[in-house]
Amino acid sequence: MNSLETSLRTRRDRGDKSFVPYLMAGMVPDWLDHIDALVAAGATAVEVGIPFSDPILDGVVIQRASLASLSAGNTPEGILAELGRRSVGVPLVVMTYFNIIHHLGLERSAHLLCAGGVSGVILPDLTLEEAGPWRNVAHGSGLDTVLLVAPSSPEPRIEKIAAHAEGFVYAASRMAVTGRADDDGHAAAVVERVRRYSDLPVFVGIGVSTPQQAREAYEFADGAIVGSALVERVLGGMTPTQTEQFARDFVL
Amino acid sequence: MTQTVRVMKDPGDDGRFGEFGGRFVPEALIPACEELDVAFRDAWADPIFREEFHHVLREFGGRPTPVTYLARLSEQIGVHVYAKREDLAHTGSHKINNVVGQTLLTRRMGKTRVIAETGAGQHGVATATAAARLGLECTVYMGELDTQRQSLNVFRMELLGARVVPVTSGSRTLKDAVNEAMREWVTCVDDTHYCLGSVMGPHPFPWMVREFQSIIGHEAAQQLHDRGVGTPDFVVACVGGGSNAAGIFAGFADSSARLVGVEAAGGAAIAGGQPGVLHGMRSMLLQSESGQIEEAESISAGLDYPGIGPEHAHLASIGRATYVGVGDEPVLEALQLLSRLEGLIPALESAHAVAWITREAGRDIPLGSTVLLNLSGRGDKDVAQVREILRGRE
Repeated sequence: MNSLETSLRTRRDRGDKSFVPYLMAGMVPDWLDHIDALVAAGATAVEVGIPFSDPILDGVVIQRASLASLSAGNTPEGILAELGRRSVGVPLVVMTYFNIIHHLGLERSAHLLCAGGVSGVILPDLTLEEAGPWRNVAHGSGLDTVLLVAPSSPEPRIEKIAAHAEGFVYAASRMAVTGRADDDGHAAAVVERVRRYSDLPVFVGIGVSTPQQAREAYEFADGAIVGSALVERVLGGMTPTQTEQFARDFVL
Repeated sequence: MTQTVRVMKDPGDDGRFGEFGGRFVPEALIPACEELDVAFRDAWADPIFREEFHHVLREFGGRPTPVTYLARLSEQIGVHVYAKREDLAHTGSHKINNVVGQTLLTRRMGKTRVIAETGAGQHGVATATAAARLGLECTVYMGELDTQRQSLNVFRMELLGARVVPVTSGSRTLKDAVNEAMREWVTCVDDTHYCLGSVMGPHPFPWMVREFQSIIGHEAAQQLHDRGVGTPDFVVACVGGGSNAAGIFAGFADSSARLVGVEAAGGAAIAGGQPGVLHGMRSMLLQSESGQIEEAESISAGLDYPGIGPEHAHLASIGRATYVGVGDEPVLEALQLLSRLEGLIPALESAHAVAWITREAGRDIPLGSTVLLNLSGRGDKDVAQVREILRGRE
């Protein structure tokens, strides 16, 4: 068991709920100050996006953030180097697409992620069947590879994912890309199905945009992931101080 | 090479062509990809489905398309060129073969709706056509820039009852239309099939689309045999994603013919790309130093794709097929040459294959060789653009 999973399990076993905000690295010049603000507000861990030109699981807000970061000239190496120079104080989980890792090389990616202080990775287009080589390298470096479960995942598949899951299980609340919260979703049902096969902490993401929705998720899940709602405000000019205030409402 | 070798075979459950292919999609789409794999395997092994596929292509699609000997071109360049006339298929290109297969499969799976991506609009028009025939609801995602450049095709799709959604993300072209169609598919997999237009994407698409297009190669092999030409020395086709090339190669992969795929020089994924993962597959991709996907650039919107189907990447890596690049200028010349000499206005895409043949006759192609050209589409859609370019020079 790696450090991310150990710390999240400990927290869960105490009965504390986890708030995991997402920010796109490099989307604004002071993105690291926003991360500090989220930690100050009480975030359990921070999910950090590394931009990719073709984010197929992301809606318009995160797409815009990717573009802003890429236009500013950010690279995976540069982002991870900047992260490595900050002492953030909570676990960092990187979310990006597999081509970024594939292009850098698996070994080199693992090395750079570790040097950046990252303890977990979410790669939404790297399915369990394709993940073997990366998981081996990551595991050897102490990195957890977080897997997603979708409302469409049948139970035998959830069982298989649960057997390989590390860190936490990312339960997608709806059949949608990030940033859509136009219906109630299926979060409770997905979480319940995951719990049948896994004792890992289960966090709800995709479509959690308000403190109210986060609190609902805390009723049945161990945590909530909030991305687009936060990213949209930061892109709109929210300052780190305002980010801290905004985030506080999501912390139980 | 013996006849028993199967170079272009079933890629198996994991959809691998050597080190390429596979399935790299959001978890939410896995059940739909698996369902499609099962449904296609079942249908393709079912003689009734196959007969219906062939029946529709005969009575609706205009097949079989003929093979035409290009006598004046052959005389001028000193090699014997035969053209497989996919430009005569319904909707003006080979695209109809794939969409007839996929829409029949959609109905067989009990789904009522299709979505598709399109670049210049050829695949979008073909999908809208096949969907109309079966009474399926149809939505086509098209880059906003392309909807402006190809507004007539937008109108065609709308005439056919399809809804066209302009895609405003990223570069607003084909690559982004694929992204958007995949994002949309996540939200509607229960009743909707994603009718992908080329031999790309996650398994089983590259294999399934090649199988539906393989009718081109099997027909051509029979036609050349029947007229006593036998196995050609070269089989040449243009390659964007690579569906017309995969289709014609499938009829000759186990023969002695040299297979040549012609890419746009500004979109040469084999020559200028590196292995990577995009749109559900591992293949050769144009990308930046840090792994961002780069834009392809070509006079022909149909070849404006930064990747290539994974089976082509595999055929290149094992040396079974060769992939070459041709620039915009020789393509324009080839289009005019074929029009004047043969009375055939080729699509700009297909003109890439013509340009390579005329360039290499007497060089890479020994004089007196026999060449099979896949004339994948007709040029009607391109004449306005070509007129603009040529007039601009007067």
